[in-house]
Amino acid sequence: MYNFDFVKPASVADAVAALAGEEAQPLSGGMTLLPSMKQRLNAPATLVSLTGIDALKGVCREGNMLVIGAATPHAVVAKEAAADYPALAALAGQIGDPMVRNRGTIGGSLANNDPSACYPSATLASGATIVTNTREIAADDFFQGMFSTALHEGEIITAVKFPIPEKAAYAKFMQPASRFALTGAFVAKYADGVRVAITGASEGGVFRWSEGEAALSSNFSAEALNGLSASADGMIGDLHGTPDYRAHLVGVMTRRAVAAAH
Amino acid sequence: MTKVTLTVNGRSLSGEAEGRTLLSSFLREELGLTGTHVGCDTSQCGACVVHVDGLAVKSCTVLAQDVDGASVTTIEGMANADGSLATIQQAFQDHHGLQCGFCTPGMVMSAAALLKDNPKPTEAEVRHHLEGNICRCTGYHNIVKAVMAASGQDVSGVGIAAE
Repeated sequence: MYNFDFVKPASVADAVAALAGEEAQPLSGGMTLLPSMKQRLNAPATLVSLTGIDALKGVCREGNMLVIGAATPHAVVAKEAAADYPALAALAGQIGDPMVRNRGTIGGSLANNDPSACYPSATLASGATIVTNTREIAADDFFQGMFSTALHEGEIITAVKFPIPEKAAYAKFMQPASRFALTGAFVAKYADGVRVAITGASEGGVFRWSEGEAALSSNFSAEALNGLSASADGMIGDLHGTPDYRAHLVGVMTRRAVAAAH
Repeated sequence: MTKVTLTVNGRSLSGEAEGRTLLSSFLREELGLTGTHVGCDTSQCGACVVHVDGLAVKSCTVLAQDVDGASVTTIEGMANADGSLATIQQAFQDHHGLQCGFCTPGMVMSAAALLKDNPKPTEAEVRHHLEGNICRCTGYHNIVKAVMAASGQDVSGVGIAAE
């Protein structure tokens, strides 16, 4: 990889100041950014590490919200969210492998918005709020297509606020080599309705499956989805699966998630 | 170049690192600790696993400067004080948990991290935990056996359910 200047500020304010520099980029766990820099797909002049900022770490319950610091690694979420939001903890415990979970962070995953990443599905299905150094962004407004988000240049995610659902589950059809989701469905049931978010399937990145949500909001059971299928239009086609296959998986994984929800 | 100081296997060691210097390169080339292997260099194979402040990480995907001041344990720090093999290393030898040996440092470090958190893992837990460590020789059964044996469990049935 090309060389760069490395800085590791101890506060969000110092990180924002460092990111104002020419071609500076934030670095969280680095599980995607460093491999892409090795391939020279990305070549920042300065990397600003966010891993030294204590204010960005931790999991805490605030009323009916679970608030997770952006630089909290997946392994910590898997452990510390288990009591309050078990479906979210289970999702975090299935990302990558144990070493990836010790470094990779929720904020890094959301900011990257990989179309096959796990966290965007939980965030969108929960109607979570992404908190940055300047504002709060609803999940429905945050994800803007493959690898694209509402974040401005130099803006840092500081935390994610998850409303805790009555029931939820994540069902992931794992691509065995990458351990990303070939297709994954996160289902969350709230007092005012059910939200279903699908990752890994669409060329537009994570999306809400509105037909599935409508059916499940009136009858929260796997049978409620009988006869429903997602359209293959705009689905990802690659050597691991055709658009039709992924569209089929949307229904299959949503049914599995509903059956597993508790 | 920036000075980076780590406590490696209990000793304070310093060296020079660029921004892009990986922890794996720093350990091998700057500190001369070549027990940590670099296999794929794409954070998949796990040959480069070391512990940073007690957590297993893939050192080919961690910047040396990002862990300045940390405590690092490598395969060189695993043996007992008298030089004899640690229980887990001995188990790899006893159960033929290696053939070419290239993946072994990472396997041992990864397994040690598992046994610290989960001293009596099931066979399924061992296999799940080792998902990030790739071995091209053994077919994994003997590695799983070695990890189970190191945890003091009977290994006579290991691998049967998986076959």
